[in-house]
Amino acid sequence: MTIGLEHYLILSAILFSIGLYGALAKHNAIVILMSIEITLSAVNIALVAFSRYIVPTALTGQVFALFAMAVAAAETAVGLAIIIAIYRNKETIDANKIDLMKW
Amino acid sequence: MGQVIGFWIFAVTIIGAALGVVLLKNVFRAAVLLIACFLGVAGLFILLNADFLAAMQILVYVGAISILVILAIMLTREMSVGNPSNKFTIPAFIIAALFCSGIIWAVLNTNWQISNVVPAAVTTAGLADKLFGDNGYLLPVEIIPTVLLATILGAIVMVKDKKK
Repeated sequence: MTIGLEHYLILSAILFSIGLYGALAKHNAIVILMSIEITLSAVNIALVAFSRYIVPTALTGQVFALFAMAVAAAETAVGLAIIIAIYRNKETIDANKIDLMKW
Repeated sequence: MGQVIGFWIFAVTIIGAALGVVLLKNVFRAAVLLIACFLGVAGLFILLNADFLAAMQILVYVGAISILVILAIMLTREMSVGNPSNKFTIPAFIIAALFCSGIIWAVLNTNWQISNVVPAAVTTAGLADKLFGDNGYLLPVEIIPTVLLATILGAIVMVKDKKK
């Protein structure tokens, strides 16, 4: 048995779904952010697998994965800063209780 | 053969760690499992002949992002609240399961144009050529530092104590 593109894509789909479930079903804002990181990792796996199996010498998918990593790092930094600012003002990071902008 | 064993070890590590992040009650343990998940992804990158990306994965995710996450957990002290699920658990599970099965169906029913070319053993030089060479991605490479600068300024402004 050899490992092909489908294995990596199915692993990526499962990982993305776990992250999606976590982002939808959790209270804690930090856990939601961690779930989003999991989904981004899943996308990176798919990009690198496409790059490896479809165009092995072009490296385009790896370049995209590099940019996705840089943007993910920026997103985490800003997201955690927002969470800490909210915690300072409201003493909670429960996503159900952060409803300042709810109409 | 080694690649098959490596793939299954990393796949089980990644899925198990990701399930732990989502299901564990203790937020700090979830963060530690997140690090394990990122390490597994770095291992998959090595299996996929992406050595530079694997190093970056360990530096950026395992080194920087997980430290940020653990720092935020310690600063907010929400250990007592833990990691409960909200009232959307069942709809969220259904949406995730539908999404997963849809993607798997699409993957299995697509005729992929697999190339038999042997990939480069060392990708760093090729990546640098792609990023900085002619007809490369120089404009995105220049935009990313702007994004990072805006991120740093935004994070400082938001976390700064305004009351003095």
